[in-house]
Amino acid sequence: MLFEGLGVTLKLTVISAFFGTLLGLLAALARISRNPLLTVPAAVYVNLFRGTPLLLQLLFIYNALPQVGILIPAFEAAVLGYSLNAGAYIAEIIRAAIQSIDRGQMEAARSLGMSYGLAMRRIILPQTYRRLLPPMVNEMSALTKDTSLASTISILEVMKYSMQFVSRTNLVWQTFVWTAVLYLVVTMSLSALASRLEKKLEARG
Amino acid sequence: MAEPIIVIEGLKKSFGKLEVLRGIDLTVHKGEVVVIIGPSGSGKSTLLRCINFLEKPTAGRVLFKGEEVGQRQVGGRLVPLPEKVLDQQRARMGMVFQRFNLFPHMTALENVIEAPIRVRRMPRAEAEELGLRLLRRVGLADKAGQYPNFLSGGQQQRVAIARALAMEPDVMLFDEPTSALDPELVGEVLQVMQDLANDGMTMVVVTHEMGFAREVGDRVLFMDGGLIVEEGPPEQIFGEPRHPRTREFLSKVLH
Repeated sequence: MLFEGLGVTLKLTVISAFFGTLLGLLAALARISRNPLLTVPAAVYVNLFRGTPLLLQLLFIYNALPQVGILIPAFEAAVLGYSLNAGAYIAEIIRAAIQSIDRGQMEAARSLGMSYGLAMRRIILPQTYRRLLPPMVNEMSALTKDTSLASTISILEVMKYSMQFVSRTNLVWQTFVWTAVLYLVVTMSLSALASRLEKKLEARG
Repeated sequence: MAEPIIVIEGLKKSFGKLEVLRGIDLTVHKGEVVVIIGPSGSGKSTLLRCINFLEKPTAGRVLFKGEEVGQRQVGGRLVPLPEKVLDQQRARMGMVFQRFNLFPHMTALENVIEAPIRVRRMPRAEAEELGLRLLRRVGLADKAGQYPNFLSGGQQQRVAIARALAMEPDVMLFDEPTSALDPELVGEVLQVMQDLANDGMTMVVVTHEMGFAREVGDRVLFMDGGLIVEEGPPEQIFGEPRHPRTREFLSKVLH
């Protein structure tokens, strides 16, 4: 029962995490560039999705867009909503990490004749990985939990199954406790994975 | 006289209202070691950073082997050069920083061979050979596999010099290379720089090491207030400085 929902929850989380990270990286790079054609749209995007409720964003994509002819199936709508939302937060995480790297690193790379893009890819971004890990784990676990809101746009994930089960059986206590345990297992495995990765990255000193 | 490598004409640089360089003219010839001394805030480092366009000059120009660096004067306006052109210019100018700026996620050898592989498109095996040769030259062949955090400041700076040399530059720019070092580590870095000078490398060195300026410099520039106040061979600058401000500065730093 709940486990069927778990599959959907995980699928939604993983796909949205992937696109959210991609989007976040692009938005972060756009925001720190010097080109206003990039910085302005990126800033608008980040502020829009961080400044409005996630639930509203989901409902907007699923319920308001069809009224102007943009019809997106529920799962795709959820992926879109979560990717855009997570992307906005991840953009700020990545931007902060890039800006925390000493300016001398970019100068040293450029003084060797590296282009901005090459320096970013080979010198700056690799140094952010360790700093990115803790806030990214946070973000991923927030995303996992937030997917419960997809129940409102008729996605059959853990939370939706859980609520359906309650209304059918009236086993409120038991159902919600087991639902909580299920989410905990996912988020805590994520943290465990992250701390192992962190130790591996630390080995370099 | 040997061919000029760097020609600076009427160079000015302002940060907002603060005018840091107020008109610099300087020519550095092939094989020459030019040492720039002066009080902090005199514009020495800014001058050096303008040469490879880490700072954008506000007026005037810098020529590197006859080519304008970073920007071009077009009818009184300064027009930026394409990034690619600037990258190619920088690739031929080595720079050594006060704070080393080694890449901490790469070993000493990886630091040295990264740009040769990515920028010069050198095959890895060839780059490694070059890298090991350069690390040996700065006395660090045994540290090739070490990460920068496990090296002393002096060792890090020597790796940084090897890294810059790996691009086979036409000139090496040194921005206070020993200022961040513990006193007992200064000598090893200066030794490497002196060897380089003896090998005929063209060098522009901003430093507070008066001993180095006197012994290794072909020409010493004294800067103050954004201007070159006095220049000449080290014997003259240190032996009989003409300008009162040079005399005042030297009396403070030489005891």
